[in-house]
Amino acid sequence: MSDCEDALHELYGFLDGELTDDRRKLIQHHLDDCQPCAEPYDFEAELRQVIRRKCQEQVPDTLVAKVRTAIESAGTDPDALIN
Amino acid sequence: MADRATFADQAMDLMPSLYAAALRMTRNPSDAEDLVQETYLRAYRGFGGFQEGTNLKAWLYRILTNTYINTYRAKKRRPDETELDEVEDLYLYRRIGGLEAAMAGRSAEDELLDRFTDTEVKEAIESLPDNFRLAVLLADVEGFSYKEIADILEIPIGTVMSRLHRGRKALQKRLYEYAVDRNLTPTRP
Repeated sequence: MSDCEDALHELYGFLDGELTDDRRKLIQHHLDDCQPCAEPYDFEAELRQVIRRKCQEQVPDTLVAKVRTAIESAGTDPDALIN
Repeated sequence: MADRATFADQAMDLMPSLYAAALRMTRNPSDAEDLVQETYLRAYRGFGGFQEGTNLKAWLYRILTNTYINTYRAKKRRPDETELDEVEDLYLYRRIGGLEAAMAGRSAEDELLDRFTDTEVKEAIESLPDNFRLAVLLADVEGFSYKEIADILEIPIGTVMSRLHRGRKALQKRLYEYAVDRNLTPTRP
Protein backbone atom coordinates (compact mmCIF):
# COMPACT_ATOMS: atom_id res chain seq x y z
CA MET A 1 0.00 0.00 0.00
CA SER A 2 1.10 3.54 -0.60
CA ASP A 3 1.68 5.94 2.31
CA CYS A 4 -1.59 7.69 1.47
CA GLU A 5 -3.59 4.45 1.50
CA ASP A 6 -1.94 3.50 4.79
CA ALA A 7 -2.77 6.86 6.31
CA LEU A 8 -6.44 6.72 5.32
CA HIS A 9 -6.73 3.10 6.36
CA GLU A 10 -5.55 3.97 9.86
CA LEU A 11 -7.48 7.20 10.25
CA TYR A 12 -9.78 5.98 13.01
CA GLY A 13 -7.04 4.04 14.78
CA PHE A 14 -5.07 7.27 14.85
CA LEU A 15 -7.94 9.49 16.01
CA ASP A 16 -8.99 6.90 18.59
CA GLY A 17 -5.49 6.85 20.05
CA GLU A 18 -5.16 3.13 19.32
CA LEU A 19 -1.93 3.07 17.28
CA THR A 20 1.51 2.21 18.65
CA ASP A 21 3.84 5.18 19.12
CA ASP A 22 5.93 4.17 16.12
CA ARG A 23 2.92 3.81 13.89
CA ARG A 24 1.43 7.10 15.07
CA LYS A 25 4.69 8.95 14.39
CA LEU A 26 4.92 7.51 10.89
CA ILE A 27 1.38 8.61 10.09
CA GLN A 28 1.90 12.02 11.65
CA HIS A 29 5.02 12.47 9.59
CA HIS A 30 3.08 11.64 6.45
CA LEU A 31 0.23 14.01 7.37
CA ASP A 32 2.70 16.85 7.89
CA ASP A 33 3.80 16.45 4.29
CA CYS A 34 0.55 15.45 2.60
CA GLN A 35 -2.28 17.97 2.58
CA PRO A 36 -4.76 15.67 0.73
CA CYS A 37 -4.45 13.16 3.61
CA ALA A 38 -4.39 15.80 6.36
CA GLU A 39 -7.74 17.21 5.22
CA PRO A 40 -9.94 14.19 6.01
CA TYR A 41 -8.06 13.76 9.30
CA ASP A 42 -8.86 17.33 10.29
CA PHE A 43 -12.43 16.91 9.15
CA GLU A 44 -13.02 13.72 11.15
CA ALA A 45 -11.34 15.22 14.24
CA GLU A 46 -13.55 18.31 14.00
CA LEU A 47 -16.66 16.18 13.49
CA ARG A 48 -15.78 14.21 16.63
CA GLN A 49 -15.53 17.44 18.64
CA VAL A 50 -18.82 18.73 17.26
CA ILE A 51 -20.59 15.47 18.16
CA ARG A 52 -19.15 15.49 21.67
CA ARG A 53 -20.00 19.13 22.25
CA LYS A 54 -23.57 18.84 20.99
CA CYS A 55 -24.43 15.77 23.03
CA GLN A 56 -24.04 17.45 26.43
CA GLU A 57 -27.02 17.36 28.77
CA GLN A 58 -28.07 19.19 31.88
CA VAL A 59 -28.93 16.75 34.67
CA PRO A 60 -32.30 17.58 36.25
CA ASP A 61 -31.87 18.72 39.87
CA THR A 62 -34.65 16.36 40.84
CA LEU A 63 -32.63 13.38 39.59
CA VAL A 64 -29.55 14.38 41.60
CA ALA A 65 -31.72 14.76 44.68
CA LYS A 66 -33.45 11.41 44.11
CA VAL A 67 -30.16 9.56 43.77
CA ARG A 68 -28.66 11.27 46.83
CA THR A 69 -31.68 10.44 48.93
CA ALA A 70 -31.75 6.84 47.78
CA ILE A 71 -28.06 6.39 48.57
CA GLU A 72 -28.28 8.09 51.94
CA SER A 73 -31.21 6.02 53.09
CA ALA A 74 -29.47 2.90 51.82
CA GLY A 75 -26.37 3.84 53.82
CA THR A 76 -28.04 2.94 57.08
CA ASP A 77 -30.29 0.22 55.71
CA PRO A 78 -28.84 -1.82 52.83
CA ASP A 79 -32.16 -3.69 52.47
CA ALA A 80 -33.78 -0.42 51.38
CA LEU A 81 -31.97 -0.84 48.09
CA ILE A 82 -33.68 -4.05 47.24
CA ASN A 83 -36.88 -3.18 45.51
CA MET B 1 -12.00 -1.78 49.45
CA ALA B 2 -13.68 1.41 48.39
CA ASP B 3 -15.92 3.11 50.95
CA ARG B 4 -19.25 4.81 50.58
CA ALA B 5 -18.12 8.38 51.13
CA THR B 6 -15.69 7.91 48.25
CA PHE B 7 -18.53 6.66 46.11
CA ALA B 8 -20.63 9.74 46.79
CA ASP B 9 -17.68 12.05 46.09
CA GLN B 10 -16.54 10.49 42.86
CA ALA B 11 -19.56 8.87 41.26
CA MET B 12 -21.89 11.84 41.59
CA ASP B 13 -19.54 13.99 39.54
CA LEU B 14 -19.98 11.59 36.62
CA MET B 15 -23.75 11.90 36.51
CA PRO B 16 -23.94 14.46 33.66
CA SER B 17 -22.14 12.12 31.30
CA LEU B 18 -24.08 9.05 32.47
CA TYR B 19 -27.37 10.90 32.12
CA ALA B 20 -26.49 12.05 28.60
CA ALA B 21 -25.60 8.47 27.65
CA ALA B 22 -28.83 7.20 29.23
CA LEU B 23 -30.82 9.67 27.13
CA ARG B 24 -29.14 8.50 23.93
CA MET B 25 -29.85 4.89 24.92
CA THR B 26 -33.47 5.15 26.03
CA ARG B 27 -34.39 8.15 23.84
CA ASN B 28 -36.65 9.61 26.50
CA PRO B 29 -36.05 11.63 29.68
CA SER B 30 -38.27 9.63 31.99
CA ASP B 31 -36.64 6.28 31.14
CA ALA B 32 -33.21 7.93 31.23
CA GLU B 33 -33.80 9.16 34.79
CA ASP B 34 -34.95 5.72 35.90
CA LEU B 35 -31.95 4.13 34.21
CA VAL B 36 -29.48 6.48 35.89
CA GLN B 37 -31.08 6.03 39.28
CA GLU B 38 -31.05 2.24 38.95
CA THR B 39 -27.42 2.40 37.82
CA TYR B 40 -26.35 4.40 40.86
CA LEU B 41 -28.18 2.13 43.24
CA ARG B 42 -26.63 -0.98 41.71
CA ALA B 43 -23.23 0.67 41.72
CA TYR B 44 -23.62 1.69 45.35
CA ARG B 45 -24.55 -1.81 46.36
CA GLY B 46 -21.62 -3.25 44.48
CA PHE B 47 -19.12 -0.55 45.38
CA GLY B 48 -17.35 -2.80 47.85
CA GLY B 49 -16.31 -4.90 44.88
CA PHE B 50 -14.94 -1.94 42.97
CA GLN B 51 -11.18 -1.79 43.08
CA GLU B 52 -9.94 1.66 43.93
CA GLY B 53 -7.43 2.97 41.45
CA THR B 54 -9.19 1.29 38.53
CA ASN B 55 -11.45 3.17 36.17
CA LEU B 56 -14.59 4.26 38.03
CA LYS B 57 -16.15 5.80 34.94
CA ALA B 58 -15.75 2.61 32.90
CA TRP B 59 -17.14 0.57 35.79
CA LEU B 60 -20.23 2.80 36.06
CA TYR B 61 -20.76 2.64 32.29
CA ARG B 62 -20.64 -1.11 32.43
CA ILE B 63 -23.43 -1.12 35.00
CA LEU B 64 -25.36 1.49 33.01
CA THR B 65 -25.03 -0.51 29.80
CA ASN B 66 -25.94 -3.82 31.42
CA THR B 67 -28.95 -2.29 33.10
CA TYR B 68 -30.05 -0.74 29.84
CA ILE B 69 -29.63 -3.95 27.87
CA ASN B 70 -31.38 -6.10 30.46
CA THR B 71 -34.20 -3.72 31.30
CA TYR B 72 -34.98 -1.57 28.31
CA ARG B 73 -33.72 -3.39 25.30
CA ALA B 74 -35.56 -6.51 26.34
CA LYS B 75 -38.80 -4.62 25.81
CA LYS B 76 -38.47 -4.44 22.09
CA ARG B 77 -36.42 -6.81 20.03
CA ARG B 78 -34.52 -4.92 17.41
CA PRO B 79 -32.59 -6.63 14.65
CA ASP B 80 -29.23 -4.93 14.22
CA GLU B 81 -26.32 -6.07 12.09
CA THR B 82 -28.44 -6.40 8.98
CA GLU B 83 -30.26 -3.15 9.55
CA LEU B 84 -27.47 -0.85 8.34
CA ASP B 85 -26.89 -0.05 4.70
CA GLU B 86 -23.39 -0.34 3.36
CA VAL B 87 -21.98 3.17 3.27
CA GLU B 88 -18.68 4.26 1.76
CA ASP B 89 -15.78 5.42 3.95
CA LEU B 90 -15.45 9.15 4.69
CA TYR B 91 -19.06 9.57 3.61
CA LEU B 92 -19.57 13.06 4.99
CA TYR B 93 -16.10 14.33 4.15
CA ARG B 94 -16.52 13.33 0.52
CA ARG B 95 -19.71 15.39 0.36
CA ILE B 96 -19.08 18.45 2.48
CA GLY B 97 -15.37 18.30 3.30
CA GLY B 98 -12.46 19.92 1.53
CA LEU B 99 -14.25 23.18 1.09
CA GLU B 100 -11.23 25.40 1.35
CA ALA B 101 -11.08 25.60 -2.40
CA ALA B 102 -14.72 26.58 -2.69
CA MET B 103 -15.05 28.85 0.30
CA ALA B 104 -12.54 31.37 1.61
CA GLY B 105 -10.76 30.47 4.80
CA ARG B 106 -9.58 27.31 6.49
CA SER B 107 -12.48 27.26 8.95
CA ALA B 108 -15.24 26.94 6.36
CA GLU B 109 -15.93 23.26 6.96
CA ASP B 110 -15.63 23.68 10.72
CA GLU B 111 -18.36 26.28 10.60
CA LEU B 112 -20.43 24.03 8.41
CA LEU B 113 -20.23 21.16 10.91
CA ASP B 114 -21.09 23.55 13.69
CA ARG B 115 -24.36 24.44 11.95
CA PHE B 116 -25.80 21.06 12.82
CA THR B 117 -28.09 21.65 15.80
CA ASP B 118 -27.73 19.78 19.07
CA THR B 119 -31.03 18.07 18.31
CA GLU B 120 -29.86 16.89 14.90
CA VAL B 121 -26.67 15.37 16.27
CA LYS B 122 -28.52 13.69 19.13
CA GLU B 123 -31.21 12.33 16.81
CA ALA B 124 -28.61 11.08 14.35
CA ILE B 125 -27.00 9.02 17.12
CA GLU B 126 -30.35 7.86 18.43
CA SER B 127 -31.33 6.69 14.94
CA LEU B 128 -28.58 4.03 14.95
CA PRO B 129 -29.51 0.44 15.79
CA ASP B 130 -28.66 -0.44 19.40
CA ASN B 131 -25.35 -2.24 18.98
CA PHE B 132 -23.89 0.45 16.76
CA ARG B 133 -25.31 3.25 18.86
CA LEU B 134 -23.70 1.95 22.04
CA ALA B 135 -20.28 1.56 20.41
CA VAL B 136 -20.38 5.03 18.80
CA LEU B 137 -21.63 6.61 22.01
CA LEU B 138 -18.90 5.06 24.13
CA ALA B 139 -16.12 5.92 21.68
CA ASP B 140 -17.05 9.24 20.11
CA VAL B 141 -18.99 10.93 22.89
CA GLU B 142 -17.35 9.40 25.97
CA GLY B 143 -13.87 8.77 24.61
CA PHE B 144 -13.43 5.22 25.89
CA SER B 145 -10.68 3.07 24.35
CA TYR B 146 -11.47 -0.04 22.26
CA LYS B 147 -10.40 -2.21 25.20
CA GLU B 148 -12.66 -0.34 27.63
CA ILE B 149 -15.59 -0.60 25.24
CA ALA B 150 -14.94 -4.31 24.79
CA ASP B 151 -15.05 -4.72 28.58
CA ILE B 152 -18.16 -2.56 28.99
CA LEU B 153 -20.13 -4.32 26.24
CA GLU B 154 -18.55 -7.73 26.88
CA ILE B 155 -17.66 -8.26 23.23
CA PRO B 156 -14.30 -8.86 21.47
CA ILE B 157 -12.21 -5.84 20.41
CA GLY B 158 -12.61 -6.84 16.74
CA THR B 159 -16.37 -6.57 17.15
CA VAL B 160 -15.98 -3.14 18.77
CA MET B 161 -13.96 -1.98 15.78
CA SER B 162 -16.39 -3.28 13.17
CA ARG B 163 -19.41 -1.81 14.98
CA LEU B 164 -17.63 1.52 15.25
CA HIS B 165 -16.67 1.46 11.61
CA ARG B 166 -20.17 0.78 10.38
CA GLY B 167 -21.90 2.87 13.04
CA ARG B 168 -19.81 5.95 12.26
CA LYS B 169 -20.53 5.71 8.56
CA ALA B 170 -24.25 5.35 9.20
CA LEU B 171 -24.13 8.34 11.55
CA GLN B 172 -22.44 10.42 8.85
CA LYS B 173 -25.06 9.39 6.34
CA ARG B 174 -27.81 10.51 8.69
CA LEU B 175 -26.08 13.84 9.31
CA TYR B 176 -25.73 14.36 5.59
CA GLU B 177 -29.47 13.85 5.18
CA TYR B 178 -30.06 16.64 7.69
CA ALA B 179 -27.59 18.84 5.82
CA VAL B 180 -29.42 18.26 2.54
CA ASP B 181 -32.84 18.81 4.12
CA ARG B 182 -31.74 22.16 5.47
CA ASN B 183 -29.73 23.25 2.44
CA LEU B 184 -26.52 23.33 4.46
CA THR B 185 -24.59 21.67 1.68
CA PRO B 186 -22.35 23.97 -0.33
CA THR B 187 -22.50 24.35 -4.05
CA ARG B 188 -19.22 23.23 -5.46
CA PRO B 189 -17.57 25.44 -8.10
